[in-house]
Amino acid sequence: MIKDSQAKIIHKESWKDYYLFSFQSEKIAAQAMPGQFLMVRIEPSPYPLLRRPFSIHSRNENTLEIFFKIEGIGTQLLAQKEIDDSLDLLGPLGKGFRFGVNLEKKAVAVVGGGRGIAPLYFLAEELRLLGVGAKIFYGGKSEADLPLREKFEKNGFDLSCSTDDGSFAFKGLVTDLLQTELERFFPASIFACGPEEMLKKIADMAAKKKIPAELSLESMMGCGFGACWGCVRRIKRGKREEWLKICEEGPVFSSKEIIWLEEER
Amino acid sequence: MIDLSVDLGFLKLKNPVLAASGTVGYGLELLPFVDLNKLGGIVIKGLYFSPREGNPPPRLAETASGLLNAIGLQGIGVHEFSEKVLPRLKNYKTAVIVNVCGDSDEEYAAVVDFLNKKEGIAAFELNISCPNLKKDGLCPALDPKATFSLVRLVKKVSLRPVITKLSPNVTNIVEIALSAQEAGSDGISLVNTFLAMSVDIETKRPRLANILGGLSGPAIKPIALRMVYQVVSEVKIPVMGIGGIFSGADALEFLIVGAKAVQVGTANLIDPQITLKIIKEIEDYCRRKGIQRIEEIIGTLKVKGKRWRKKKT
Repeated sequence: MIKDSQAKIIHKESWKDYYLFSFQSEKIAAQAMPGQFLMVRIEPSPYPLLRRPFSIHSRNENTLEIFFKIEGIGTQLLAQKEIDDSLDLLGPLGKGFRFGVNLEKKAVAVVGGGRGIAPLYFLAEELRLLGVGAKIFYGGKSEADLPLREKFEKNGFDLSCSTDDGSFAFKGLVTDLLQTELERFFPASIFACGPEEMLKKIADMAAKKKIPAELSLESMMGCGFGACWGCVRRIKRGKREEWLKICEEGPVFSSKEIIWLEEER
Repeated sequence: MIDLSVDLGFLKLKNPVLAASGTVGYGLELLPFVDLNKLGGIVIKGLYFSPREGNPPPRLAETASGLLNAIGLQGIGVHEFSEKVLPRLKNYKTAVIVNVCGDSDEEYAAVVDFLNKKEGIAAFELNISCPNLKKDGLCPALDPKATFSLVRLVKKVSLRPVITKLSPNVTNIVEIALSAQEAGSDGISLVNTFLAMSVDIETKRPRLANILGGLSGPAIKPIALRMVYQVVSEVKIPVMGIGGIFSGADALEFLIVGAKAVQVGTANLIDPQITLKIIKEIEDYCRRKGIQRIEEIIGTLKVKGKRWRKKKT
């Protein structure tokens, strides 16, 4: 856990509402693991007040990338930052995807929905280093929601895409595409990040097929380092069911641990 | 060398900057970022006798320069705290103040009674003012009689100084402060969060699952300052100012008004090192103003004529 108050933006790319930033931040980069996240301070002023959490999209020796979509005031202001601007980062935070030598020479499924693709590039790179064969599924509403398609393909990853409107590749949800593939493909594990409904479907599929699944959850966060108890999720471990902090115990949880609650207010 | 120490009478602090309850967990959460030895003190997250489940999410909502929360005091109980947390905090030379909670007066007393015998606690802070505990934000700090009886009971049990943390959600803050003083409270801290709400217009739902929550952050600072001013003008016991402090200048406003120390809350979430920055900024101010001891500036507010006084009824 490091505070880097001078992380310089060294690269910026954008596709409509989607943005990719690279930061120079050696110390955080050295410790980062796939599935972990950064808390980014957007402005030094109290508006917007809180930092915003972003999972680490990729990591090189001295640099870190984040990939995000404009969703609110925080991401709107962040998108306006330019190369050579410096931002204040906390990271790497949380517990990432659990994977190891047990997956060596095996095949796994990596599933990203929309901006949920963000942490999966870093994961795919690390899996490749371990010699794990990763089949990547990337879904979006339409072709414009798959801006990272080329990046995965250019770097030689096995990528299958889906669009809800059929404007590109498989027509339907990425979970429908996965369902079809699982008829003839038997991954040793599933790793996923995306909208809540997508993750719940994957948890159900994984349970039926008895495949372990690791899901990265999203939440608004107060601090990102376990101090405020603001980002909890209902989690069952052993016989104990409780509200656990996504920032500290997650953001990645095993699909079996997550209790899916209907929002009632 | 500027002397930043402050003497509350019942407690000496190395400097007037403490981390407020609920924003630094059990203190251990700050360790990756802050040398706790540098802080005036830390106030531990609210502690009930038994572990507490807390409220369902969403527990947070951001507003203009403010943070709305309804955590519901999720946390460990006194046993785990004294076995796992206190021994680690003992390694640091800072005032550890335990924020005490209860569903009844007796539970507050039981928490204090249990922790009385433990080493490494400088004082208790009675959380009689968290708005997230009962329906509609009810708590003892809304009523002078309830405040009096609770503080009196705890004071009978406690072997350590007792600071009573007040709620701003009252019509007459001074009346409540005087009740706490009369019941024997050694000090007062204020303010806790302001009962508030926020609505998502797309879904027409409250942003918090709890519907109501407590507002903190820079948005509340001027109101908190006003309340601290009103209270210090009337009570004799020392006051710790809390509410939206993000800089040395913010902290100095509270000290000038008459608070003996300040607690920094929400700012810790955004910058876990902010307390250190605030201490440095206070020191820089003293140097610039030629002040040798921070205590020289406490309560030095210049006002024409009389200070504000509560109307006698």
